[in-house]
Amino acid sequence: MGMNILTIALGAILMNNFIFSQFLGCCPFLGCSTKVDTAVGMGIAVTFVMGLASAICYAVNLLLVALGLDYMSTLAFILVIAVLVQFVEMFLKKSIPSLYTALGIYLPLITTNCAVLGVVLLNVQNDYNFIESVVYGVTGGLGFMLAIVLFATVRDRLQFADYPESFEGFPIALTTAGLLALAFMGFSGMSIV
Amino acid sequence: MSIKQQFKEGLITNNPVLVQRIGMCSTMAITTTLFNGIGMGLSVLIILTCCNVAISALRKAIPNDIRLAIFVVVIAGFVTIVDLLLQAFIPALSASLGVFIPLIVVNCIIIGRAEAFCQHEPVIPSFWDGIFQGFGYTVVLVAMCLIRELLGSGTFGTGVFEIVNGALSVSFDGSAAGIRIFPENFGATILIMPFGGFLTLACLLALMQYALRKSAEKKERAARAAKVEIPAPAGVKEAAE
Repeated sequence: MGMNILTIALGAILMNNFIFSQFLGCCPFLGCSTKVDTAVGMGIAVTFVMGLASAICYAVNLLLVALGLDYMSTLAFILVIAVLVQFVEMFLKKSIPSLYTALGIYLPLITTNCAVLGVVLLNVQNDYNFIESVVYGVTGGLGFMLAIVLFATVRDRLQFADYPESFEGFPIALTTAGLLALAFMGFSGMSIV
Repeated sequence: MSIKQQFKEGLITNNPVLVQRIGMCSTMAITTTLFNGIGMGLSVLIILTCCNVAISALRKAIPNDIRLAIFVVVIAGFVTIVDLLLQAFIPALSASLGVFIPLIVVNCIIIGRAEAFCQHEPVIPSFWDGIFQGFGYTVVLVAMCLIRELLGSGTFGTGVFEIVNGALSVSFDGSAAGIRIFPENFGATILIMPFGGFLTLACLLALMQYALRKSAEKKERAARAAKVEIPAPAGVKEAAE
């Protein structure tokens, strides 16, 4: 049991990193990584929402299966996530206004972050139980945070780099992300048995 | 806006992936074989067109404050329909795309077009917008697939084309082996891996930026040439002298 959890956790952070090997959550990864501070804030918010969404959607999925409505799962999950993000937004606005202003527009956009819906769908697909789901959600979020913070740090230095004019902006960012993905491929041979 | 103009926008000047830079997750994730690319592209095209028409038809009934929630529900409905249809009729595609079919719900292209276009425009232009934007997305996916597949594993059209007894056969159940251009061990397998997704898309984006810049420069030069040809009015010339 404990070993299984460890496999899931390390897998989600390193071997099957959400960004670098599964391409889940690329939009905020590319859009929200120009400053290290914003990247950290985004990582924390996404980790929180992913963990919570995994827990709640586990219950929702049990309910849907019991009612024989599991073909409606995508619709139900996205609604749960939308409501959850709205709640997080209201909570942050009331209790931690500084973080709320720092995240700005990216907070409501977590709803359309494919990493969040992705982790919920993968939990169902992999038949994870409640604890495994939550661990996968939280560690998946941590993997996302690791990726986005590393990427923001590298991106900081890109302004001093000399690259062809046509690569200005997105293309050079994608190339950088690709090189990071290449580095993360080094973890793919690892296994914990 | 004319249909011709919408076609040009969807395919080139306002291409969803290359110019608007939305929907990149799926573009990088699934473009390993032509079968995946065409399947994903057409699924998005169908869902986008249906959503555009539905949202445009409902645009006067949707309250502005909760429009995003309503868009998401409409999109999730159509995605579920397509997901179930694929599972029933093309199970190989469903298995190969996996979680990326339900993830079309959060594909920025669909919600982006709803927000930017359909909530202001009538049904007919929204329909064409769905077709052409979906087509522009499909073209980029297919280009990515062809590059990655050819350079990565040396084949062309895995899952779609096959040579049986010296004749070309086309099928769409995912069983075709593809046409081998060069031996597999000559291919750069890295292009099939995640790194290849990032790199190929980066190169396509850079190519697009290069083309757009060249065409802007050309226009500017033409404008300048036109300006020189116009003779200056006599009074201005004298004043300059």
